[in-house]
Amino acid sequence: METLNLLMQGFATAATPMNLLFALVGVVLGTAVGVLPGIGPAMAVALLLPVTYNLEPTSAFIMFAGIYYGGMYGGSTTSILLNTPGESATVITAIEGHKMAKAGRAAQALATAAIGSFVAGTIGTALLVAFAPLVVKFAVSLGAPTYLAIMVLALIAVTAVLGSSKLRGFASLGIGLAIGLIGLDPVSGQQRLIFGQPLLIDGLDIVVVAVAIFAVGEALWTAAHLRRKPMSTIPVGRPWMGRQDWKRSWKPWLRGTAYGFPFGALPAGGAEIPTFLSYITEKKLSKHPEEFGHGAIEGVAGPEAANNASAAGTLTPMLALGLPTNATAAVMLAAFIQFGIQPGPLLFEKEPDLVWALIASLFIGNTLLLLVNLPLAPMWAKLLRLPRPYLYAGILFFATLGAYAVNLQAFDLVILLVLGSLGFAMRRYGLPVLPLIIGLILGPRAEEQLRQSLQLSGGEISGLWSEPLAIVIYCIVVVVLLLPLIIALVRKARGGRPSTLEEVTMGATPEAAEHHAVHRSAGTRNPQDTENATENKEKV
Amino acid sequence: MSVVVGYIPTPEGEAALERAIREARSGGTLLVVVNTSRGDALVDQRFIQQQQAENLARRLEAEGVEHLLLQPLRGHDPAEEVLEAAREHHADLVVIGLRRRSPVGKLILGSTAQRILLQAEAPVLAVKA
Repeated sequence: METLNLLMQGFATAATPMNLLFALVGVVLGTAVGVLPGIGPAMAVALLLPVTYNLEPTSAFIMFAGIYYGGMYGGSTTSILLNTPGESATVITAIEGHKMAKAGRAAQALATAAIGSFVAGTIGTALLVAFAPLVVKFAVSLGAPTYLAIMVLALIAVTAVLGSSKLRGFASLGIGLAIGLIGLDPVSGQQRLIFGQPLLIDGLDIVVVAVAIFAVGEALWTAAHLRRKPMSTIPVGRPWMGRQDWKRSWKPWLRGTAYGFPFGALPAGGAEIPTFLSYITEKKLSKHPEEFGHGAIEGVAGPEAANNASAAGTLTPMLALGLPTNATAAVMLAAFIQFGIQPGPLLFEKEPDLVWALIASLFIGNTLLLLVNLPLAPMWAKLLRLPRPYLYAGILFFATLGAYAVNLQAFDLVILLVLGSLGFAMRRYGLPVLPLIIGLILGPRAEEQLRQSLQLSGGEISGLWSEPLAIVIYCIVVVVLLLPLIIALVRKARGGRPSTLEEVTMGATPEAAEHHAVHRSAGTRNPQDTENATENKEKV
Repeated sequence: MSVVVGYIPTPEGEAALERAIREARSGGTLLVVVNTSRGDALVDQRFIQQQQAENLARRLEAEGVEHLLLQPLRGHDPAEEVLEAAREHHADLVVIGLRRRSPVGKLILGSTAQRILLQAEAPVLAVKA
């Protein structure tokens, strides 16, 4: 009951005309960046961070929430009409959705994706409302050692479970943690990694790092691959669904939501695994299994719902524990820090207005997204005709302006350039960006918990596992690290039978797999996402 | 000796192509079809994909004209590519399609057709849809 009251208050805050306007700006921007491959919601939020300095935090977060959900909607449009998944979570949508579009059913594919996203997003947000306060209640009773263990789990899981190469993942995580160390030791005040440069004493501004890695890195990477054979989108009218489509879609929507939310809420769930699981389930349960691989509507409805439900799920650990598990959540967490709001379990208690307005705005944003996406899908597809030099020049301009505006310090531009080159190099050599940004944001907070645990135990290292829950979590960390090895060994012993998933993604739709390979070489997608996408085919 | 046509899959482009086929057949010369894109956008509907290119080739074969389909992607203006193809193949006729442009549109965007008309060394035939 109390939760409901708080939520209603949240709606009251979020539904003021000004905040509704911010929500609208957010969903429009989010859809736009979702449609354009290579530009994601994480980059959009990072670029907007400096701009929102003078805004009310609540308004800023309402806009960010719109961008976060909008990115998911936009990604499916591109997947269906162009067969270029904007991110790894929409790879499956591309497989069936593009086939549907080719068969002249683009309107239905877009409709089931948008309505499914709406259904899943709304149910997912409702689950967030139900579960987040419970998680918080549980979390405030935890001590520093358990927190440290949870953060270690998140860091390891994001690095080891997602992404293709563990070595590259850990290299990226290491870079992130190292960048997070720059500055003064919070306890002793000792200088760390500043190389005699007094301007580094305050540490690197997270905004500058995020803008450099996401915006400058991506812009340089795209500039290096600018001239490519243009593709053509499938022309489409206004999305709509017939009676039969509704009948075949509603169950996959609900099942996809059931897969998506728990995986998103886990520290390393991500959106890829639930979308794959949903696809397999729909294929098994479908009355029209022969259509799979040739454009089955269930194969779009289920994964799209799973994708959006997982986006809602990701917000549970982000808001309740201060644990980001995807890039956009990480940048949003950076935004909390920028506004001087301490993320973590106390967030619900200290900033109830902000949190509940944010959650209420997720419901509002989701509805706005349906209204913006359903009738306007053909218009969004036109965005893909934008000449990219203009687009990326604009991004670089905004990135530079933003990085300078943070501290009005020319030195930040040097950092922007150096880290932008780093972001470019990471894309060039296939290092995932996500572990870096999560390491950068969680690293200093994990250190704080580590120092606190050690202070409590008087420097005894055994203090790190002084709580039973911490031991359990460290066991999970070990399992996460060892499981892939064990699976690989078992499979080798059995003689390497291809798994169901491989059959689904490779066997059933060789053309789609081929397509992805083509896009990969064309460099039209974020390399990290491509890595993830191809990885999912190899790994499972 | 050849006929060079700038082709895009629109009514104007089709009109130009049809006329160019007639001209090439009556003159018994090579027909050079130029379809190009600057290649800087992710999607360019004016650039024909493999499937469409195959259909086009079949159609030209059926028409019985000796033909050559050029799809250069060098980041150049379409006008430049047509002009260069005309120079290279010693065109005795360049065929282009014209579309209606609003005065404002003409002011903001340069006209490909205008550049070809002014700079081509061969006679230019401008066709309306």
